Amino acid sequence: MKRKNWRGALLRPQFAALAAVLLINWLLFPGFFDITLQDGRLFGSLIDVLNRGAPVAILAIGMTAVIATKGVDLSVGAVMAIAGAVAAVLVTGGASAIVAVGAALLVGLLCGLWNGILVTYLEIQPIIATLVLMVAGRGLAQLVTEGSIVTFSDPVLIFIGTGSLFGMPMPIVIAAVLTLLATLIVRKTALGLLIEAVGVNRSAARFAGISSGLLLVLVYTFAGFCAATSGLIVAGDIRGADANNAGLWLELDAILAVVIGGTSLLGGRFSIPMSVVGALIIQAMNTGILISGFSPEFNLVVKSGVIILILIMQAPITSQWLRARTSERKAQ
Amino acid sequence: MVNGSQPVVQARGIVKIFGQHRALDGVDFEVRPGEVHALLGENGAGKSTLIKILTGAYQPDGGEILLEGGPVRFSDPLDAQRHGIGTVYQEVNLLPNRSVAENLFLGHQPTRFGMVQRRVIEVKARELLATYGLEIDVKAELGSYSVAVQQIVAIARAVELSGKVLVLDEPTASLDRNEVAKMFEVVGRLKARGLGIIFITHFLDQVFEIADRVTILRNGKLIGTRTLSEVTTTDVVRMMLGKDLAFDHGGVGVAEAVQGPVRVQFKSLGRQGKVAPFTLSLHEGEVVGVAGLLGSGRTEMARLMFGVDTADGGEISVGGRVVSIRNPAQAVAAGFGFCPEDRKLDGIFGELSVRENIIIALQAKLGWFRALNRDEQDEIAGNYAEALDIRAANHDMPVKLLSGGNQQKVILARWLAIDPNFLILDEPTRGIDVGAHAEIVRTINRLREEGLALLVISSELDEVVAYSNRIVVMRDREMVAELSGADIAPSVIVAAIADNRGSQAAKMETSA
Repeated sequence: MKRKNWRGALLRPQFAALAAVLLINWLLFPGFFDITLQDGRLFGSLIDVLNRGAPVAILAIGMTAVIATKGVDLSVGAVMAIAGAVAAVLVTGGASAIVAVGAALLVGLLCGLWNGILVTYLEIQPIIATLVLMVAGRGLAQLVTEGSIVTFSDPVLIFIGTGSLFGMPMPIVIAAVLTLLATLIVRKTALGLLIEAVGVNRSAARFAGISSGLLLVLVYTFAGFCAATSGLIVAGDIRGADANNAGLWLELDAILAVVIGGTSLLGGRFSIPMSVVGALIIQAMNTGILISGFSPEFNLVVKSGVIILILIMQAPITSQWLRARTSERKAQ
Repeated sequence: MVNGSQPVVQARGIVKIFGQHRALDGVDFEVRPGEVHALLGENGAGKSTLIKILTGAYQPDGGEILLEGGPVRFSDPLDAQRHGIGTVYQEVNLLPNRSVAENLFLGHQPTRFGMVQRRVIEVKARELLATYGLEIDVKAELGSYSVAVQQIVAIARAVELSGKVLVLDEPTASLDRNEVAKMFEVVGRLKARGLGIIFITHFLDQVFEIADRVTILRNGKLIGTRTLSEVTTTDVVRMMLGKDLAFDHGGVGVAEAVQGPVRVQFKSLGRQGKVAPFTLSLHEGEVVGVAGLLGSGRTEMARLMFGVDTADGGEISVGGRVVSIRNPAQAVAAGFGFCPEDRKLDGIFGELSVRENIIIALQAKLGWFRALNRDEQDEIAGNYAEALDIRAANHDMPVKLLSGGNQQKVILARWLAIDPNFLILDEPTRGIDVGAHAEIVRTINRLREEGLALLVISSELDEVVAYSNRIVVMRDREMVAELSGADIAPSVIVAAIADNRGSQAAKMETSA
């Protein structure tokens, strides 16, 4: 039973799409699958896909939970910028890296809490409630950095963005650990089921005795935490906080990753690992276009084409058509 | 009656196959002009499949459809509408935030130079509705009117667009007695105009009241078509179920049953503008029935008890201890369960599995960290599905694929799983088929024998009388009577409801 589930999972269109994108990358650039070990760290295009994909993958983890409740969080890109700015300003001001990281994560949690309260207790539609912080957040980040790009040389912060653990770049390690932890938490506790119940029918959830308010606040707060983590990685990578550009438009990539992963924007059933796969598909396309020498403008067009393809593959009408085809074949 | 006239629409030997399952197997059906033809059958009998074929939503796999004698093939419901077959569903498929007039003429508005002529629409709308005996402000939003008015608007629109056959798919399910009467008056007018009307419902008394003939389906097969003046209710029920179903209705006399100690007590519980303060105690092993018209405060009372709405005064005690119930989560913690009236909106998690739907309240009660594992879930779901005879191919299928009766049993199972000490059932048998209906009545009786305290709200007097130890009557958002013993009889209840009827009727008119 278990094994069958695994095999079924691997046959999902997302894995086929990821394999296809990787294969095309390999055709365009034969060295794509080469991985080398230098100075105790793995290098190669495949590692690069994972490494560059990590920030969006981490955003997608939090976004999955939010979308499962029938919500959306547009502010995660701005929260990334705020978190990066807070950490950068603190270390350049002389604070220890631990304090800076802790403060950045705390600010992320507070941003998420703010969103959660707007959505839950003021009953503002999620898209509007989080739009507030999406717009205001960048302003806040600029206030923190006082309008300039704050660079730093703190080894711990830089390690978060560029270091490695057991040969793996840190962003990959962080994303993997978060994916694993988040998946275990939602599936080993009742949180996953309760989140799905709230997403499917909030009124029925209330009648069934689920405290949906607390659950919603928790979910948005968690999305804020994920965004802050991503923000730290991006800041560490460029050794500075850029309030204008850090995490710019990444909320859209994160939403896309979740949708590609098969979680419906209408809420309900969700899968965190599949959202991470979605993020990797997006990054594999980005990397493929970069290394193949096409101009980056091409990127967006190809990306939208592939996304349409994946969404068509997921559409109910496609599976109906496939089922009809297979039963016809059986009948013959 | 227009016996002998040529049928306006006729289905011959219709076959429809879904996968391995023959949903319809050689079914014949016809409607004559000026006839109300009721279509009856338990859920899953094939009623909706037949209707979907007649209205072009499905294509038949065998058989043919004749329209006024000539074979036709409808590609979709719009095509059927163009050929003269219109449908009105239980849930009104119109736009509640547009005006009545706009709803009537949406998609075929009279225009001049491409501009919609609002004034012309409004005049035409008023004229049109006048022929249905409905005089309302057609400029007001449709959603501001009662469901009954919305239904009549939907009928007017359907007749305007089609004009030969009108399919009414459970149009009375969410209407109260007055509204049903109004609806039947409209149906009578259309009948006189020579329309063929197909009427689908679960209410047998309504079938006998309005229909000329009845066709009964069971398991996708035609059981028979009868002229209603020549058969009795028992005949029809027997045809539907294929057996004589003992309904145990009337004079069961549970009223004298021994009652246990007080389980829950509501003392002067009330909320301004919703329900006047009421006091009610429920004993172990007791069913208290709630009677009253729609809008009399029945549901509002239940919502206060369960914390869906918070009371602005009064006190609730369970087993003698005062508890605070300000939201449903606290009610569940106190061991209360509530099967709401609107299953789809407040009860069912459509996308989630039958298993998850059964265990969800227990899981909510246990909290976030004491998750029921898969084996425990399977066992709980299995036990209650068996106890309540929930018919699902497996417990991992989405609950939305189940019939209404089975969905209701799933919600009942959800509450039994928390081992409740007090259960509220709001219209537990509304909109479900006869078989499931009887089973739910049996379950209520069994739960009473097992010592549960139940509050059952129902519009069906025969039913309330059959299983209640006591009956409270609601009128004008107030508890006006508490009946027990020999007073538990439909005539006494009707008298209690009807007392001071004049002012009530006037109110309903203004709200309509």
